[in-house]
Amino acid sequence: MNVSKLQKISSKRKVADFVFKALCYISVVLVLFILVALLVGISKDGLPRLNQQFFEGYSSRKPESSGIRAGILGTLWVISITVIASFPIGVAAAIYLEEFADRRSKLYSIIQLNIANLAAVPSIVFGILGLSLFVGILGLGRSILAAGLTMALLILPLIIIVSQEALRAIPTGIRETSLALGATPLQTVFKQTLPNAFPGIITGLILSMSRAIGETAPLIVVGAVAVVFRPPDGLRDKFTVLPIQIFEWSSRPQKEFHENAAAAILVLLATLIILNSIAIVIRARAQKKV
Amino acid sequence: MAIKANSIQAVGRFSPRLNLFRRFESSIKFAFFICAFLSVFITLGITFVLLKETIAFFQRPEITLREFFFTTDWSPTFDNPKFGILPLVNGTLIITIGSLFIATPIGLLTAVFLSQYASTKARNIIKPVLELLAGIPTVVYGYLGLFYVTPGLQVFFPSVEVFNAASGCIVVAIMVLPLITTLCDDAFSAVPRTMAEGALAVGSTKFEVIKNILFRAALSGIAASIILAMSRAIGETMAVTLAAGQSPKMTLNPAESIQTMTAYIVQISKGDTPVGSTSYLTLYAVGFVLFAITMTLNIIAKRLVQKFRILSV
Repeated sequence: MNVSKLQKISSKRKVADFVFKALCYISVVLVLFILVALLVGISKDGLPRLNQQFFEGYSSRKPESSGIRAGILGTLWVISITVIASFPIGVAAAIYLEEFADRRSKLYSIIQLNIANLAAVPSIVFGILGLSLFVGILGLGRSILAAGLTMALLILPLIIIVSQEALRAIPTGIRETSLALGATPLQTVFKQTLPNAFPGIITGLILSMSRAIGETAPLIVVGAVAVVFRPPDGLRDKFTVLPIQIFEWSSRPQKEFHENAAAAILVLLATLIILNSIAIVIRARAQKKV
Repeated sequence: MAIKANSIQAVGRFSPRLNLFRRFESSIKFAFFICAFLSVFITLGITFVLLKETIAFFQRPEITLREFFFTTDWSPTFDNPKFGILPLVNGTLIITIGSLFIATPIGLLTAVFLSQYASTKARNIIKPVLELLAGIPTVVYGYLGLFYVTPGLQVFFPSVEVFNAASGCIVVAIMVLPLITTLCDDAFSAVPRTMAEGALAVGSTKFEVIKNILFRAALSGIAASIILAMSRAIGETMAVTLAAGQSPKMTLNPAESIQTMTAYIVQISKGDTPVGSTSYLTLYAVGFVLFAITMTLNIIAKRLVQKFRILSV
């Protein structure tokens, strides 16, 4: 091999190196562009519709007089039930798995594997379960209660996983000290481990909640209605939520309804961003304390 | 952290009050166990409900397994109903393959950027951006597909329909991109630094290190991320319902409207199909096929992730 040939190979390699690096940068720029375009586009469509009337109005045939009050109230009701039903069960399950279960037992690995699998089941399948179990067998009808419980099943695996992570992060020394001083295992959990893990668990709860707030598909299967003219009058009342309203308005042919959808998306995204910021602040504070 | 309460057991024999306390403790523990076991009941519940109604569906005289799995006409709500699921499977496949075709290279390259080229500052910007993208509700992506991606496509290809598979593919790709990037980034950081440094020391370019070492060492992690993204794309509902449409078709043309399995479930749920009719039971049969496919993919992905954990240790 002579020198010029070597130089040729070397420059080829350099070109390949450069091209690849360029492709990596292009991908990243593309990802950033997507997010910016999404936010700018939806803001441009939706911001003009964000006025007081939009927050106070119920469904209407006229796009300019319809609002998201029914969706906001529905989301509040449904998510409250979801949190009340899934939070205690999820945390209790995590405590059992992290603090009491025998890690070598077959049952432990079955439960763990099952939770991981459930977290990856499509949300619409949970809707089918909710439809059969809560709407059908338990006779709750297509109600707020059935919707909230369906969502609770959906985010339960998530809550268990994040609570387990929060408990796992607590140093073993804390538990051992407590036990050595004569506390029972249960006292150790309630007085030492759980209080210390609480910020992490709350952070996880908020993140699971934001997942539930944005979910649409399972609630369509459970039987959300598109048009609501009054606030819900109880747990057995029919329901709609914000994402369902977005879906309905997007499906209509008139352009004005699409602007309503964009405005509702802005409200939804703002809610989710605020919730996530709260979670980040809680996590940061807890880390500072340690 | 299973710490056994042997100390109490020893004392408990002597004191009735402690004995009572011990019983209280174990009953609470049992309650916790029930909560943990509930998750198994959810899986059993899903399997039971889907199986029961799917069996009921196939017991209807007008339904045959052969028609369901091997014919290409899906119109359960028509006067002369046809029950061949293949058009729905076709729709789901187009969305899944199309979206992964777009998301895999971009996601992989972004992950390479994060782990190899990015400064800490750039990482601190891009990581939250990915988290934000991952947290956006899927109905928002549906809106994006319908009102931004499709008009954009129509500028270049005037024949694109209002609802079309291509737009569905693009928005689902955006949806699964954060998943691929995050998992690949994790897989790359599990590769020992010394391997890459050794290759650089003997004169490899960065690209050669990435191609010959990083990609190979992290291969099972990359594969797992793609399979998980696939499972997500198959189960994705709102974005494809809004962007890709409601017409079950055996087409491969991305400019046309199609229907996925999930979009069909939405259609039946929203419609006024009488509960208990054969066309209503299709909801469960389609749901069962969906559940079976995603479960299989999840289990494969799990195996791959385990393999790559073993490799990286």
